[in-house]
Amino acid sequence: MNSLTPLVVVLALAIAFGVWYTRSRGEFRRKKTVNGPKLDAAIIGIELGAAVTMVQFSSAFCSPCRATKALLEDMVKTMPDVHYAHIDAEANLELVRKLDVRSTPTTLFLNSDGVEVGRAMGTPKRSQVLAAVNAIR
Amino acid sequence: MTVQNEVSASTTNKVKLIDARGPRFSAAITTLVLAIVLVTQSPLLIALQLVVFAIGAFAGPAKTPYAFLFKKFVKPKLHGQVPTEDVRPPQFAQSVGLIFAVVALAGSLLSIPALFTVAVGFALFAAFLNAAFNFCLGCEIYLIAVRIIKK
Repeated sequence: MNSLTPLVVVLALAIAFGVWYTRSRGEFRRKKTVNGPKLDAAIIGIELGAAVTMVQFSSAFCSPCRATKALLEDMVKTMPDVHYAHIDAEANLELVRKLDVRSTPTTLFLNSDGVEVGRAMGTPKRSQVLAAVNAIR
Repeated sequence: MTVQNEVSASTTNKVKLIDARGPRFSAAITTLVLAIVLVTQSPLLIALQLVVFAIGAFAGPAKTPYAFLFKKFVKPKLHGQVPTEDVRPPQFAQSVGLIFAVVALAGSLLSIPALFTVAVGFALFAAFLNAAFNFCLGCEIYLIAVRIIKK
């Protein structure tokens, strides 16, 4: 069964998926309705930001998690009304299930009430984080 | 519910770091090998790739023959700052590759060509995405797997 068909099919599917993957990583997706659970300091481990709180979920087998953490930690230094929490997804499965986090890194953007407004999967660009924060402020 | 912010994972300074370009180069070679396997249906070639995956999964992705080629021939030509990454994500990807290679070889030995083709197809899909788009397999499937397995 020497055929090129399986190779062509797999490569075509992989290219289509790869283009979608590259475009969608880091993109801030707004929730359609803001009705999720209210998170607070007891749950995420830090005080909520006055305007926005970014909650990043990471796991061990995730390279972009490190880059995302470095970026977000750096960005909150200049934004006093924005706080940042970093959570190990595997050690907090109950929370992961409640919030339906499926991949890492996933960064939740919470409003001042601690309710999720939207999230970004993958490493966002600096501009994407700023746009998301400004949209919530 | 108390949260563990002490991430055992990805961000502590104790993790072993490797040159991030190594696994990407290895993924490109793997893509080529798996493409040839898919067309020729060669049991020998998938067995060799299985051994490479096994070395990557158990000894680490920096210990494979492909990593050796990278260090010997590619790395000396690269300049600038070395981008590093945690060794665990590519090692996880090698383990997943190993599973697919085992299934493919089983398909070959049991004369189930469809099993062989599907398993090699999935491995090629992931290796190509890794090489061409820097796709992170562990990011996308590990948490889902843990959510399913752990109650």
